[in-house]
Amino acid sequence: MRNRRLAVLVPLLVAAPLVASCTENTEPDEGNPRSIQVVSTEDGCDVSKVEAPAGTLTFDVTNAGKQVTEFYLLAEDGLRIIGEVENIGENLDSRLTVQVPEGKYVTACKPGMKGDGIRSDFAVTASDEKVEVTEDEQALVDTANANYLAYVQDQTDQLLTKTTQFVNLYKAGKDDEARALYADARVHWERIEPVAESFGDLDPKMDLREADVAEGDDFTGWHRIEKDLWPARAEGYKAMTPKQRAFYADDLLKNTKTLDTKVDGDLSFTIDGIANGATGLLEEVAEGKVTGEEEFWSRTDLWDFQANVDGARVAFEGVKPLLETKDAALSKTLTDRFAALQKLLDAQRTDSGFTYYNELTQPEIKALKVAVEALAEPLSKLTGTILSRS
Amino acid sequence: MKQPIVSRRTLFTGGAAVVGVAGGLAAAQALETDTSQTAGPHAYALRGAHQPGITTPAQDRLHFAAFDVVTDDRDALIALLTAWTEAAERMMAGGSAGPVGPTEGDTDLPPDDTGEAIGLPPSKLTLTFGFGPTLFRDAKGKDRFGIADQQPASLEPLPHFPADALDPERSGGDLCVQACADDPQVAVHAIRNLARIGFGTVSVRWSQLGFGRTSSTSTSQETPRNLFGFKDGTANVKAEEAKALDEHIWVSDTDDAKSGWLAGGSYLVARRINMRIETWDRQSLGDQQMFIGRTKESGAPLSGGEEFSDPDFKMPGRGGPIIPVDAHVRVVHPEQNDGVRMLRRGYNFVDGSDALGGLNAGLFFIAYVRDPATQFIPMQTRMAQSDALMEYLKFTGSALFAVPPGAGKGEYVGQALFA
Repeated sequence: MRNRRLAVLVPLLVAAPLVASCTENTEPDEGNPRSIQVVSTEDGCDVSKVEAPAGTLTFDVTNAGKQVTEFYLLAEDGLRIIGEVENIGENLDSRLTVQVPEGKYVTACKPGMKGDGIRSDFAVTASDEKVEVTEDEQALVDTANANYLAYVQDQTDQLLTKTTQFVNLYKAGKDDEARALYADARVHWERIEPVAESFGDLDPKMDLREADVAEGDDFTGWHRIEKDLWPARAEGYKAMTPKQRAFYADDLLKNTKTLDTKVDGDLSFTIDGIANGATGLLEEVAEGKVTGEEEFWSRTDLWDFQANVDGARVAFEGVKPLLETKDAALSKTLTDRFAALQKLLDAQRTDSGFTYYNELTQPEIKALKVAVEALAEPLSKLTGTILSRS
Repeated sequence: MKQPIVSRRTLFTGGAAVVGVAGGLAAAQALETDTSQTAGPHAYALRGAHQPGITTPAQDRLHFAAFDVVTDDRDALIALLTAWTEAAERMMAGGSAGPVGPTEGDTDLPPDDTGEAIGLPPSKLTLTFGFGPTLFRDAKGKDRFGIADQQPASLEPLPHFPADALDPERSGGDLCVQACADDPQVAVHAIRNLARIGFGTVSVRWSQLGFGRTSSTSTSQETPRNLFGFKDGTANVKAEEAKALDEHIWVSDTDDAKSGWLAGGSYLVARRINMRIETWDRQSLGDQQMFIGRTKESGAPLSGGEEFSDPDFKMPGRGGPIIPVDAHVRVVHPEQNDGVRMLRRGYNFVDGSDALGGLNAGLFFIAYVRDPATQFIPMQTRMAQSDALMEYLKFTGSALFAVPPGAGKGEYVGQALFA
């Protein structure tokens, strides 16, 4: 699965933008001193109030101009972004909700998304509403990014090592040993799959399932070799020749090296990218692993399942200190539900790894699914919560 | 104007089961009404230049059935098409499936109508018939009914598309019947009785119930929402666009030298698209809107305006075009597909829940096109390759049918094929 916002190879965002919601479903509250209407036109930026009491402020931005517009609330220096909404098309609305302490600020509409925008001063006056300022938020973000990068680099290193061993065994016809290593090697892929997916066509080349191959396209990667090693469910399957084996093995190794090189290069993460990586991995579990679709031939879905959960948990734990400052209850729920899911997975551990998917009973599969859903639902709030400023 | 309801009970009063005789003025008026009229008659006519159920304003409910022909007797097939045409004409007018009626016949015999539609109005029932590729040739290429040389070039099984996880028991078929009505019981009654008439000649291969139309086929209709919660099919070809219908929907007599019988007909593409509902529901509103390329509330393109504003695919946004490159509206829009358009007539479906508690639900996609080879296959391929929505879809059924033109007076549907 692709994750739209797992932004890699981009400069670290100092002020992670809020997720803009282009909806018109909540009516602005005219009487509320913290509710401000903004109308952006080609050459104007009409802000309904010049001041508001400190607290959670809501800017309802309407684009009455022809060009795409943006709205910013900037600090007094006119540089530091307190909050912003982007990509507001003609005639559409968007809402910025942001927690603002007493002070002087600048508002800016940016029709056409160019230049400094149309600016006005905006004052936030003292009030009784408590405004929590997390001064060390940036430090938490920096730590999370650095830790996650180290994790990803370590996983691709291990992936490359084990994939090299695996393809050598496979090419040498040592099928039993190759089969024994298959799921263990893939663990390192499955832990960081959203990262691999962000590198365009590497994911389809390496991890496409046969059902997702377009007619006439090549079926390459892990699952091509998987089918050759476990042909039992493949009707009338013709085993690969040594030459064919070498082709698919070398192709997989080449792409793994490319991935490792890219990850060791100029890579950085955004905090929302990491959070989205966690939710994306749980989606992978819910759609492909708990249903036994991913490892159709080898039935080693639970290895992938555990690896996805590992990757999601690492990403979650990386952003957890930041989450604690925003929503401690959500943090606790997620911690508890990761643990509950892990307990079910631990019950399926065997000497060689995990129970094969076809040996799971229907109640066991259902119980896993229930635990996945219980975790995935609150986890879907992770990104929005850590980005929130209110 | 609200038309009086024509009820089956009224029709059968006095044992007169002949359509339009005892049904009174309302039925007669309705039957004369052009099927594309939008004022909302309760009954549509079966006969005409085109089959009903294509440009007819989309009704609320669907029962779609695909059949296998179980005989190699050409005459039996023709007899069935004749019987189906007659039964369809009666049922669309609010009458019974057989000529006698559900309660009017000999008490020693099973009734020739199953009876669950007694007292129900015609409910805008339309019945639309189609012929699948396997009607012409069997798996070994053998001509089944002496019609193989008239098989249209574009009537070939659809290729495998990425994300196809097709269930053979929900795919293909020699014949199809699309039953649409505002009352689900009326649609189900129609399919049930047609299947019954067909025993010995056909057997039901699969069937699909749909609730909640997902497309508008007339400008008089609001664009409805699919189970993702978004307005769907905004750019649909509508009944009022006569020129577009000729260009994109109706097969012309010069399209395929082998298949003049299909002139005035169309092709029906059916795809059972399961939605990964639970996963979709966990996507942020902003992401959902970017996947679709429209706002959830009004359906306006992200480039701005109202629902029917043209999307501006070139409009820049922060970090790429404001309508993302993989947004559904961009990938399937005519502007991005050599101007091809379709007439979509799909329905939401929910077939209960699966073994793991997930909703077995999605869109039963139906589209009418003049040529699937140029209008559907390239678009579906593009969608499979680059549409952000694909993450949330699983294709579980697929079929293609040639839909013959409407039957003329005294004809059966598809008669020109067997001439």
